[in-house]
Amino acid sequence: MADITVNTKLIPAKDVPETLLRRAMRRLSRRKSAVLGLAIVAFFIALAIFAPLLSPYDPVAQSWTLVRQPPSASHWFGTDDLGRDILVRVIYGARASLLAGIISVGIALSIGVPLGLAAGYLGGFLDSLIGRMTDAMLACPFLILAIALAAFLGPSLGNAMIAIGVTATPIFVRLTRGQVLAVKMEDYVEAARAVGNPRWRIVFVHILPNIMPALLVQATLSIAAAIIAEAALSFLGLGQQPPEPSWGSMLNSAQRFLVNAPWMAVWPGLAIFLTVLSFNLVGDGLRDALDPREVGRS
Amino acid sequence: MLNLLGKRLLQLIPTLFFVSVIIFSLQQLLPGDPALIMAGEERDPAVIEQIRHQYHLDRPIPVQYLYWVKGVLSGNLGESMRIHVPVLDLILQKLPVTIQLGSMAIVIALVIGISAGIISAIKKNTIWDYAANAFALWGISTPNFWLGIMLIFLFSVKLGWLPASGYVPLTEDWRASLASTIMPAFVLGNAIAAILMRHTRSAMLQVLESDYVRTARAKGLYERTVILKHAMRNALTPVITLGALEFGTLLSGAVLTEQIFTIPGFGKLIIDAVFNRDYAVVQGVVLVTATVYIVLNLLADIAYVLVNPRLRT
Repeated sequence: MADITVNTKLIPAKDVPETLLRRAMRRLSRRKSAVLGLAIVAFFIALAIFAPLLSPYDPVAQSWTLVRQPPSASHWFGTDDLGRDILVRVIYGARASLLAGIISVGIALSIGVPLGLAAGYLGGFLDSLIGRMTDAMLACPFLILAIALAAFLGPSLGNAMIAIGVTATPIFVRLTRGQVLAVKMEDYVEAARAVGNPRWRIVFVHILPNIMPALLVQATLSIAAAIIAEAALSFLGLGQQPPEPSWGSMLNSAQRFLVNAPWMAVWPGLAIFLTVLSFNLVGDGLRDALDPREVGRS
Repeated sequence: MLNLLGKRLLQLIPTLFFVSVIIFSLQQLLPGDPALIMAGEERDPAVIEQIRHQYHLDRPIPVQYLYWVKGVLSGNLGESMRIHVPVLDLILQKLPVTIQLGSMAIVIALVIGISAGIISAIKKNTIWDYAANAFALWGISTPNFWLGIMLIFLFSVKLGWLPASGYVPLTEDWRASLASTIMPAFVLGNAIAAILMRHTRSAMLQVLESDYVRTARAKGLYERTVILKHAMRNALTPVITLGALEFGTLLSGAVLTEQIFTIPGFGKLIIDAVFNRDYAVVQGVVLVTATVYIVLNLLADIAYVLVNPRLRT
């Protein structure tokens, strides 16, 4: 009998296949716009977390002696109609906006992904039922449905988040279903089914991780849309309630003092624009980084 | 073609059913007794009982739904609780204002979005392409209520060129009407222009790489003829049909834009109804919007099939 020799030579690191996530991160880091977007997102998250440490003034304390003061050394962004420091309110406003963006997309994901998985994997009547419900929700314009829901639920930041989350759900149902249909006939799913894995295991262990990239891109872009929606609802008085700071409600009061205190409108609007822009940059960057057609270019 | 139309019309039935269920269910979200909310300041038990009976609130929820659907199918969307006018009349009264604003916004969006998209595609990877992409990103990321406020500050407060708010009907004075709607129309068209620019750019890039464009160039045609006659005609077909689906963006934008510029249209109607707790109007507006969207979606599908002979079989 011939001696069996085992080749124990280590495979060089560069030959080990790169994980999808690592490859995506490497490609993302090469896109200047996406890196800039990530930096701005990190900046606003830091502002939201460390707001009490960064703010020299109380965001809700009113001062009749400081009403509508233009930007100065002591109040960099000026003060509002009730004498409150605008910079401090913009910093605290980041909390409401980011929280609304993340929580409402979290709600949309937690309802939309299981429904999409069920519709795509099980098919049949359930698929038709979920599909028609999704079509019906998508037929109602996003903001109009969110306004209607927020109006019926009652004005508050929590209800605004629920309204935005529920309204954003059908996008995730449709995306998840489409992705499941695309991967469920792949060899590795067939193999998992052939060895007798239960349905839940196939869906959660074999399918879900493979559709995560598409969900991640959509979630990032949806956070941008949710931040605008929260600001819009707060602007209309259906989101964060006064005196708590929110970028949307700050713009609402700024509109009344455009002639005498235009600075009141500049900063909260700029904050919304920068945050939304940065999430859009990251989302666009992630989409390109995770696109298989980009492989040859990486 | 007829088969496809029939199939699409059949698919509409369950979609419309679920739309009606969603809109009817909104009322169930109201905390507390809807009859008490409808009664407002009135606390007389007899009046509350009468409201409950009039709006069938004393019947089980499925029966209430059937009454509501029966009303909707016969054109009765309910009555405004505040001004006691049929909701459908209110909507029809406000709709022309939003149609004027929306039409102007679409023209602005088409002109800016399609030209920027074409320039971006034919000048790929040049400063023009980067500028057009930056414009698209700006358009998508700018909240239109902020853009509206900034434009009012610039053109009304600082320069005094345009009115800050209000609306003059087109039939009354067309110049004043244009002056009162040009700023809101631009605000409304801006975001759609950005979306159209992205669609146009990607469609043009795809078409410019196709064989028939290469053939047209090989025949020695002028670049202008290749782009305007060969590439653009084919690239714009999907863009126009995709554009029809931006109706939702247009109406969502109209809600905020009409609020900022105090334009008495469809969008302002829903906001006023929300603040006056006039829930029948809110439901009516959402129902009409969703129905129009579904019909537009169907028309866009048919248009797409009509211009693509390959899809007709």
